[in-house]
Amino acid sequence: MELSDELRQLYQEVILDHHRAPRNYGNLEPHTHQAEGYNPLCGDQIELFLRVNDAGIIEDVRFTGQGCAISRASASLMTEALKGKSLAEAHALFERFHRAVTTEPTAPVDADSLGKLVVLLGVREFPTRIKCATLPWHTLEQALAGGGTTTTE
Amino acid sequence: MSLHSTQTLAYDVERIRQDFPILGVRPHGKPLAYLDNAATTQKPRCVLDAMTHYYTHLHSNVHRGVHYLSEQATAAYEHARDIVASFIGARRREEIIFTRGTTESINLVAASWGGAFLRPGDEILLTVFEHHSNIVPWQLVAQRTGAQLRVVPIEQDGSFSVDRALEAITERTRIVALAHVSNVLGIVVPVAPIIEHAHRVGAVVLLDGAQAVAHLDVDVAELDCDFYAFSSHKVYGPTGIGVLYGKAEFLERMPPYHGGGDMIRRVTFERTTYNDLPYKFEAGTPPIAEAVGLGRALEYVDSIGRAAIAAWEEHLVASCIEQLVQIDGVRLLGPERGRAAVVAFSVEGVHPHDIATFLDREGIAIRAGHHCAQPLMDFFGIPASSRISVAMYSTEEEIERAATALRKCITVFRL
Repeated sequence: MELSDELRQLYQEVILDHHRAPRNYGNLEPHTHQAEGYNPLCGDQIELFLRVNDAGIIEDVRFTGQGCAISRASASLMTEALKGKSLAEAHALFERFHRAVTTEPTAPVDADSLGKLVVLLGVREFPTRIKCATLPWHTLEQALAGGGTTTTE
Repeated sequence: MSLHSTQTLAYDVERIRQDFPILGVRPHGKPLAYLDNAATTQKPRCVLDAMTHYYTHLHSNVHRGVHYLSEQATAAYEHARDIVASFIGARRREEIIFTRGTTESINLVAASWGGAFLRPGDEILLTVFEHHSNIVPWQLVAQRTGAQLRVVPIEQDGSFSVDRALEAITERTRIVALAHVSNVLGIVVPVAPIIEHAHRVGAVVLLDGAQAVAHLDVDVAELDCDFYAFSSHKVYGPTGIGVLYGKAEFLERMPPYHGGGDMIRRVTFERTTYNDLPYKFEAGTPPIAEAVGLGRALEYVDSIGRAAIAAWEEHLVASCIEQLVQIDGVRLLGPERGRAAVVAFSVEGVHPHDIATFLDREGIAIRAGHHCAQPLMDFFGIPASSRISVAMYSTEEEIERAATALRKCITVFRL
């Protein structure tokens, strides 16, 4: 049984790698920001911790939780992308990423502005899976807005 | 067992498949293997035709007009009630209430019976494997009345012990509400001793038959349950309609659930007198075409034969379990035997959502998620699971395709 091109795009090696060995996985103490994300449709759940210094720079970020390969890889890639960014840059990255994954599958994207996150664009072919990719990012927005629980359905 | 094998041999699944036009759909260019029948079943052509015929030749509002079409529509609607009554063995046609589905049927009993008869300290007994629709309505009425919910657990291996249910039934138990067939574990619950024991302490019993009617030969009079709920769309009928069977002695004493047209005899602003059963519980214009479709679906099921369907499905489930348990890392939820049509499982290191997406691209439809049974997922310590569920038109080849795709999927994710 051969994998279809769409499946290959969705589950690229980078994504499978981050799924099997997620980066920045675990609790972060002390942290300045924290939030939980939950997708009741599939039971995906993530807890995100950030340590932001006085200059407004994200010094460290980690996550825990359970979820599918897409949500886990997205969280892992997100934590890598966020380290060293200012809060304003983090928010801008959320917006760029969110816009990119919710465009039509064939729509052109500015790959440079997304960096390694481009590997997640395969979800555009899978409408039911877009929420998996965006869950960590909505959780990030929730954490930056003061914490709490965010849900995507 | 010889009867079983004879039936299996005589079962012409290819001919049955011809009756279901949707099975010709090719998702992503692949032949469809529809294995999500516990969520909803597909419809045979005769059901689609019956509904079209109704709208083309018979439609009007029921129980109102004196004109020709209203008489035709009323006759078609009431004929459907007779078919349902006969299908589940109800002794009286007025014991069959048409609702929107299992969920509304249970809400009706919880709100009407529960609201009228539950008192503070009374106990409502459920099991840990109930569907949310047989949990939340009871929570709502418990909050209103001060009654308490009690939950019968299952064993660590996912099997169900009747003794535990019997132990949990006490003098305080007022109602036992349980699934006839679990939508996750697939187990056919041995309800007879539970019903008998509940009646001994004066409790009533509601069976959630959503996963049972398409697979078992249900006879409510023989079961002696007080209420039985099921949905049309899980037994090859249309969506939007379901059934509540209730013993007349209970239904007569229960207050109406919804108020409106059709459920009244006489209305003044001071006082309303209610209509007789079953109309007291059928406020507003009912789903007439859907009732016609449901009646036709049940006739279709009986034309194939419920024993033959059950034997075929048992054969498929056994084959499915046999293939799944051989796959490394697959954990079957529930026991290997005593099941009807449903096989849920989890896979070490691979999320059900990824499995479902992977299989979907092969044209294979399975369910991934919590199956509206989050307390049961919590019991197993998993956020979600995958579920294969068969119907009368399912084939061994479809099961094999699913098992093959699952093995491939696990290889990709575990590399």
